[in-house]
Amino acid sequence: MNKPIPVTDWVSDFDHTDPRWTENPYPIWDELRAECPVVHTNRFLGVYMPTTYEAVKAIAYDTEHFSSRRIIVRNSRPPITQTAPPITSDPPEHKPAKQLLLPPFTPDAMKKLEPRVREICNELIDQFINDPSIDAAARYTKHIPVRAIAHMLGIPEQDGDLFIKWIHEILELGITDEDTLMRAVEEMSHYFMGHIQARKSKPTDDLISTLMNARGPDGQPLSDMHVLGSLRLLLIAGIDTTWSAIGASLWHLAKTPADRERLIAEPSLMPTAIEEFLRAYAPVTMAREVIKETTISGCPIKPENMVLLSFPAANRDPAMFPDADKVLIDRKENRHAAFGLGIHRCVGSNLARMEMTVAIEEWLKRIPDFRLDPAGKVTWSEGTVRGPRQLPLLLGAAR
Amino acid sequence: MAGKLKIHVDPNKCQGHSRCKSLAPELFELDEYGNAHEVGDGTVPDGLEDKAWLAKSNCPELAIDITED
Repeated sequence: MNKPIPVTDWVSDFDHTDPRWTENPYPIWDELRAECPVVHTNRFLGVYMPTTYEAVKAIAYDTEHFSSRRIIVRNSRPPITQTAPPITSDPPEHKPAKQLLLPPFTPDAMKKLEPRVREICNELIDQFINDPSIDAAARYTKHIPVRAIAHMLGIPEQDGDLFIKWIHEILELGITDEDTLMRAVEEMSHYFMGHIQARKSKPTDDLISTLMNARGPDGQPLSDMHVLGSLRLLLIAGIDTTWSAIGASLWHLAKTPADRERLIAEPSLMPTAIEEFLRAYAPVTMAREVIKETTISGCPIKPENMVLLSFPAANRDPAMFPDADKVLIDRKENRHAAFGLGIHRCVGSNLARMEMTVAIEEWLKRIPDFRLDPAGKVTWSEGTVRGPRQLPLLLGAAR
Repeated sequence: MAGKLKIHVDPNKCQGHSRCKSLAPELFELDEYGNAHEVGDGTVPDGLEDKAWLAKSNCPELAIDITED
């Protein structure tokens, strides 16, 4: 594997896997946005990146010129063999595939799951509540979404570590290492096929059985491959995304005592605080493939290129958000795009919000005092999903 | 004194973010897919005007219209 050449000119040669981008992308995005609403790089076989809210929105809404058949920018573009409907679907296939997944993820459905998520958070906190210092990514944020989604799917919560490994291989290593990517996808497919087969003889009351019993637009049950694709999507999309969002929220509260104290004193601010963390630290950058020539915000867009659809950069656009670079936990007007815009709005957005809210509430109840450990280093994941992968904290009041 | 406010969710624009429902549960309902529509004919009861404006100003899809009778 060749090491990428370090970036010297972000505007014409950006690289979203460059360590400086991973560490702190916000000043880079400000520089790009000041230069042009859509920038381009020849890396990764050619990629555009919209830098303004307006340009991100225009592309998200435009399914005629931009396809979701590829949603991750990688070094190579192997033939598409494994899909994950509806996230990899375009109209007209998209809507029926999405409608199958929506009912299990409504706010009401999430209310039923909420007590289990509170238990999961407290089970985790029980294990480190007496420790003076912990890595909150490894001990807390990482485990909440994976256990919640396993609970919904009806698979063992203990298999979580396996899922975390596959996701790391697919979303991070897989950007540059095709063999690892393919092997992880194979292993994951094999795992889920086993669970699908088991339910054929013994149906269960969980999301896997719900999908297996669902009917497609033709009135026929979904094929095993469709069920498998949707399970793959739920796992890939539902885990390190929310893990990142919870981690970034805790990171912010660890380094901003004023916000932490205010949130404890005024718990009614929790909903606006969560939306603001979603805006300011939106973890997910999707991608599109250009399929027809067009123009976005005055910039020519040509086929054969991918698009890095940076919802996080849109959320930092000062033309859309006053004080875009400030985190205001009582921000009243907040049309952030953390869950996307248009038909591909994240199917798990209600789940993610519930998990974030519960994870922060339970943490603050039991650990009101905490701060970054100056002896440790916070590290961030690169590429498609950005969040703290190492979050060393000191627990308890400063002594 | 201005007339009563009326809200309407454009079903072609709503993508089910459910921001309106969490900000103004008295004014919006969700269908089985989580997409929103206004309660009744959309008339905003007295005292809930601020919530209606708050919901509108947080809809990422600009799907909510408010008119004044």
